Amino acid sequence: MGNFDLLMQGFGVAITPMHLLLMVAGVLMGLVVGVLPGLGAPNGVSLLIPLTFSLDPTSAIILLSSMYWGALFGGSTTSILFNIPGEPSSVATTFDGYPMARSGESTRALTLAFMSAGIGALTGVIVITLLAGWASNFALRFGAPEYFAVYFLAFAAFIGMGSAAPMKTLVALTTGLLLSTVGMDTITGSVRLTFGYSELLSGISFLVVVIGLFGIGELLSTVQEGLRFRGVASRIDLRDVLKTIAELPRYWATSARSALIGIWMGITPGGPTAASFMSYGIARSASRKGKAFGTGRPEGIIAPETADHSAGSCAMLPMLALGVPSSATAAVMMGGLMIWGLTPGPMLFATQPDFVWGLIASMYVSNLIGVVLVLATVPMFAALLRIPFAVIGPMIVAICFVGAYTVSNSTFDLWLVLLFGLVGYLFSKLDYPIAPLVLAMVLGHKAENAFHQSMVLSDGSLGIFFANPLVSTIMAVGIALLVVPKVLAFGSRFRRRIPVE
Amino acid sequence: MTYLKTALLAATAIAAAAPAMAEWAPSRPIEFVVASGAGGGTDNFARTIQATLNREGIIDNSVVVLNKGGGSGAEAFLYAMQNEGNAHKLIFGTNNAYLLPHVAQMAYSMENLDPVAALALDEFLIWVKADAPYQTATEFVEAAKAEPGSVTFGGSQSKDTDETLVSLIEQTTGADFKYVPFNGGGEVGVQLAGGHIDAHVNNPNEALGQWQSGAIRPLCVFSPERMAESEPIHDGKGWQDIPTCQESGIDIASYRMPRTVWMPAGVDEEAKAFYTDALRQVAESDAWQEYLDKTSQTGVFLSGDELTQFITDNETSTVEVFAAEGWTSQ
Repeated sequence: MGNFDLLMQGFGVAITPMHLLLMVAGVLMGLVVGVLPGLGAPNGVSLLIPLTFSLDPTSAIILLSSMYWGALFGGSTTSILFNIPGEPSSVATTFDGYPMARSGESTRALTLAFMSAGIGALTGVIVITLLAGWASNFALRFGAPEYFAVYFLAFAAFIGMGSAAPMKTLVALTTGLLLSTVGMDTITGSVRLTFGYSELLSGISFLVVVIGLFGIGELLSTVQEGLRFRGVASRIDLRDVLKTIAELPRYWATSARSALIGIWMGITPGGPTAASFMSYGIARSASRKGKAFGTGRPEGIIAPETADHSAGSCAMLPMLALGVPSSATAAVMMGGLMIWGLTPGPMLFATQPDFVWGLIASMYVSNLIGVVLVLATVPMFAALLRIPFAVIGPMIVAICFVGAYTVSNSTFDLWLVLLFGLVGYLFSKLDYPIAPLVLAMVLGHKAENAFHQSMVLSDGSLGIFFANPLVSTIMAVGIALLVVPKVLAFGSRFRRRIPVE
Repeated sequence: MTYLKTALLAATAIAAAAPAMAEWAPSRPIEFVVASGAGGGTDNFARTIQATLNREGIIDNSVVVLNKGGGSGAEAFLYAMQNEGNAHKLIFGTNNAYLLPHVAQMAYSMENLDPVAALALDEFLIWVKADAPYQTATEFVEAAKAEPGSVTFGGSQSKDTDETLVSLIEQTTGADFKYVPFNGGGEVGVQLAGGHIDAHVNNPNEALGQWQSGAIRPLCVFSPERMAESEPIHDGKGWQDIPTCQESGIDIASYRMPRTVWMPAGVDEEAKAFYTDALRQVAESDAWQEYLDKTSQTGVFLSGDELTQFITDNETSTVEVFAAEGWTSQ
């Protein structure tokens, strides 16, 4: 039976009143946990797992995955409106989403985000449908050196075209790398940079840092500028939503490229967060004209959102087919799978076709439900910006602290939020870019592990990064992304003899 | 504040005294603290117990599961230390509870933990890629001896159960392997299926999917006798067909990981007895048997002196390996 027949059979399993109800419930619950920073999809899904014991596995996975999609949608909302990423993977959305909302176009920003998210997710599911067998074999070819090459590429894509002063970028990047080394190291098993604080043993949570840097940092800047909330009251009109949808086809190139990046990062478990950063970086390198990224460019929202969601849905494939979760949420779902008595692995597709294809079919339906539900709530969320700062300011502080606390139920993290709030404020006053720091925190430790493993495998020879065509190609693309823009910039400067500003 | 506390304590004391030495029972929601991230083997262990407790009506109080997997699980045990005497918290781990303080400087020690029960033993096997040249464990070890450092073992974390076992094989047979640590059993499994490493020592549950598909195959199991009978899994072979490592020439009689439940130190004996009894009921339930079958673990129920003895034995033998490798932190 071909994949298409199996998919149709899957729709038969997925589209029942009970399952549709579960999808709506899952997406709604996901939206709530996604909007609250800290209480992300992994927490939400693990809270739901005990409830699924009374359901059959197919209904259970439909409920859990719908919640995941809902959380991915919801995570973008606070990124755009308050500069507080609800989910790690929506950090890159803040770069252009927040400026756009601040300039009074919050409806447009939210609509762009949700529509691209929907497009990304659907592209991801289509790829899963078509490539179910092939893609999992491709993922098997990724060993430690290949992983390092992928992370290297993500760094290179993001930094190659950085607009900030190179030295400042370097400072931010190394600070991030330093922070990511805190805690127990997987490879050596030794405890690093904890200074005797047992709270630091598990490392500094990336989400806590981000909540401080963005949420509190932004708030401090606002306070300094005279307690005015910079979100201009926007017109709230469903027509704005439709108008934004109509402008989407213009950005087809960005969407297509970002979806591809997301698919790739989802299948070769790089994860949605890495995908969104990489996609944003590449979109920035690819754009030639128009206003700068970081000031509210539509592509700056479309790129990370599309990649985030296509990676999120594609991450289900390695989880089912290989038992490798490429996101934290997928890891929790996999735990659920084992409790329900299903063994993830290549045989799952053969032994449990109803389950696998029911899930895949439900991904089409629940993502559509997600887009509709979330678009219907855009005017409501955008209206939040009309609330005066005296009311919304304290609320943001509360959300930040509650969010940071829920990450690991630790009061120590609250101090970290305050500390990084100050760091974020200083960074923005002194024009240091925050993004490289965040990227280094997300990928630093993974890149370090992959590098260390490669070195153990090769007995310390760097040649392992050019040992086969796959890894060499990825490394070469990475180096090109890092070097070529600088060379071009230098070359054109030399030719035109234009002095540097 | 103090006054209120005293009043409350007095009230509780009266309430507790009323049913004349009645058995202790939880008065608040119970917290299950898991010494691993969500989705791992320890997490499934805790969540299965949570589900069984509520479904079989053994405990009516609600149970909240909390993952504290930082620092190879140390986070959960430190949490126990901070909650000394709290009878509403159970900690779920493996042998990491008593082994971690030997390899890294930890703020907690065994004084801060009170063992309640061990409910299962997870097996370790040597797995190789299906098309690997070695047919038996002896051939595998000989290959590593012939070219020291050429055979790569992948494992989960460093100086943890996997690396300890690999070191133990080296110390017993005189072979020399290259050990590469990864983040977890799942990741290691894919590395083997993709041919990036030569072998791993994953638990049955972690390797089942890849074995079913014929990507990898087992060489031997580190248990005193062969594993329980099962349906054929691949190529007509089931768990019972795997030879023990001792019968295939690696002189390690038993290497298994206990799944353990702990309480913070300083909890009343009655509270401990309550949980021991509840866990015993879980261990005797059908749902538990089903969980053991599904994950191919061996069911045991150890508590009290038996458990203390088991821990002492396991700790002593493992620390010998640590000492020989020079891992001990003191």
